[in-house]
Amino acid sequence: MASAPLAQQANPSSLPQTAEDVRSKQLEDASRSFAFTSRLDALVAWGRKNSLWPMPYGTACCGIELMSVVGPKYDLARFGAEVVRFSPRQADLLVVAGTITEKMAPVLVHIYEQMLEPKYVLSMGACASSGGFYRAYHVLQGIEQVIPVDVFVPGCPPTPEAVLDGVMSLQKMIADGHPRPWTKQWQRPTWIKPIF
Amino acid sequence: MAQLETLKSELAPLADRSLFGDRFAAFKFFTTPVGDDVLDLPKDDIVPVLRFLRETGKFDFLMDLTAVDYLTLMAGRQKRFSVIYHLYSSRTQNRLRLSAAVGEGEAIESVVGVWPSANWFEREVYDMYGIRFQGHPNLTRILTHHEFVGHPLRKDYDADKQQHCSSALPLFFDPDPNYSSNGKFLVPLNIGPSHPATHGTLRVMVELEGETVVRANVELGFLHRCFEKMCETHPYNQVIPYTDRLNYCSAPMNNVGYCKAVERLLGVEIPPKAQAMRVILCELSRIIDHIVCIGANAVDLGALTTFFHLFTYREMVYSLFEKLCGARLTVSMTRVGGMAQDAPEGWYRDVLDTCAKISVGVDELERLLSGNKIWIQRTQGVGAISAEDAIKWGYTGPCLRAAGVNLDHRKANPYYMYDQLDFDVPVGSSGDVYDRYLVRVAEMRKSLKIINQVCKNIPSGDYTIRDKAIVLPEKKDVYGNIEGLMNHFMLVIKGLRPPVGEIYDFTEAANGELGFYLVSDGSGRPYRLRVRPPCFAIYQSFAPSITGGLVADVVSVLGSMNLIAGELDR
Repeated sequence: MASAPLAQQANPSSLPQTAEDVRSKQLEDASRSFAFTSRLDALVAWGRKNSLWPMPYGTACCGIELMSVVGPKYDLARFGAEVVRFSPRQADLLVVAGTITEKMAPVLVHIYEQMLEPKYVLSMGACASSGGFYRAYHVLQGIEQVIPVDVFVPGCPPTPEAVLDGVMSLQKMIADGHPRPWTKQWQRPTWIKPIF
Repeated sequence: MAQLETLKSELAPLADRSLFGDRFAAFKFFTTPVGDDVLDLPKDDIVPVLRFLRETGKFDFLMDLTAVDYLTLMAGRQKRFSVIYHLYSSRTQNRLRLSAAVGEGEAIESVVGVWPSANWFEREVYDMYGIRFQGHPNLTRILTHHEFVGHPLRKDYDADKQQHCSSALPLFFDPDPNYSSNGKFLVPLNIGPSHPATHGTLRVMVELEGETVVRANVELGFLHRCFEKMCETHPYNQVIPYTDRLNYCSAPMNNVGYCKAVERLLGVEIPPKAQAMRVILCELSRIIDHIVCIGANAVDLGALTTFFHLFTYREMVYSLFEKLCGARLTVSMTRVGGMAQDAPEGWYRDVLDTCAKISVGVDELERLLSGNKIWIQRTQGVGAISAEDAIKWGYTGPCLRAAGVNLDHRKANPYYMYDQLDFDVPVGSSGDVYDRYLVRVAEMRKSLKIINQVCKNIPSGDYTIRDKAIVLPEKKDVYGNIEGLMNHFMLVIKGLRPPVGEIYDFTEAANGELGFYLVSDGSGRPYRLRVRPPCFAIYQSFAPSITGGLVADVVSVLGSMNLIAGELDR
């Protein structure tokens, strides 16, 4: 965010002439540079990325591997995400671990809608990401059809290392302030009825 | 065969007394080439015959009830569907398959009055095939969602034709004419499907008076991944990864159960080394399955330490699997005809080392829980079930043994090398949550004992049969000589083809009897593969067993049944 005024300054044609002009221009730029707000954003992002509270939406085999990720050997706590919440109101990272069936899709959307901003979604495994090898009459072919996804982790099920990598990718996205148009533009799928 | 002769002579006098009348002539008694006894009979006689078989004590278990759609295999058949009943006697170890042909649009009489465990199985057949059961108390869809149109396991339903669902159902209960709230205000409570204690995909609905459950119901199907339809569209060996994901807490056991069924239909015997490897894999899986069950049950009751502590040992077993085949959870380690590959150098020694560590872990687990006052108070006398009720509901596995029935197929109908191994079957008495826990802990010890015996006497020889029509040649032959390449090509293109026929085969999985009913039309894909999931039958009794108890005990009972959604909903 701060880079735009600096780039202007680097342009030699727009350089001010007198020392007074230089000082006033610098002041003006400082006030326009959002230096302070940018630092605040970075601070907030740092806090967010290191205290992701995951909600494990474990439906199938991936849920068992997610237990391993949280368990003693792989220890998700090292990445600040050990506070596993089962209430969507208290969580900011939805980990969809396992196959989502057509019957489950409305429930998943309901859970996602209950989460408070900012919220992130990690799709763990082939089934959640694309339906996996269940190209079948009762399986949703990827949760992206119903909710926006920030990180896809491949595997069937993914190794715990892959899930940790997914969480770290998400942390990097948060730290960099990566734009997330998929979340902003998301609308509930037309076929799913609102609960209230 | 002897069984069938006796049965025939016993049923004949009943026919004279006009129970079946002339229709008795249409009864067909025969034994299939693989040795399954079958009684083929008209659909109107199913209920009297089943009632006779149950009341005379010939068979005490209705193990499975399913159907087959013969639409594309009508040769010589009058009616499109067959409804199949699998009976089992825990006294004589006899099994009998009853088969009744049902035509399109026809109904068959429900057997819920004879065996209550038929309830959900009949609902499933209705859901999948659209066969109606007359006199069924609540014939509604059970696995697919409520807006689903059509019956997916019919041969004319496309496997990949999805139908969206718009909403979850509000709370509902099974219709019961005897139920009345007596004018009291009851609090409805919904638990799940996204709830920490429901392990992902179970939904429990209760009505409470204070803290007491007055009425309960469950909804399932949230993880219905169309296993059986997927099997019909994949070659035999490609079905193995799907079986992994049935009971994913102990994936290798499903591989073994499925491959054993196909091998028996093919009429091949796997080499002793493959048998030994399968036994080791099965027993390791049994241990880690019980670890998840006990760990999760304890977490649900607030004991987090057990979970974290036990998962250390689960990780050790994962490391063993990883060393064996590269995968941790879903190993797909068996092939029809043996194993995918040999164990690496030193693997058996690693298994023995790990077993020694797990043994210490089980001791520690017992110190954590067995005498723990809170654990005892939350589990003893909770969810108790009598032996008769357990059999009536079709319980198998640890939950049945906790109720005091000594039935373990590793002892009762030994397969592989189990008859040469020295181990006992732990049996409980009261059938409550605490007994189920004790049985599971004891079984972990027995499994360790089995692994120790097998690992110290690994048979020499090959890890798979070398039949060119069944097993892929080794890679060095595929790339090294033309014959190997041809065999590989033919098997990949044509697939292995079991003879035309059908078979029901079972193993003792971590949750109970895991049965596979396979119908082959001689092609490279199963015509019908039915899996008899152990926890489906057990979960049926869940609503009755929590009714009248405290709402806090719902979680306790749920955890002790070890419901694995992959297996329950398939």
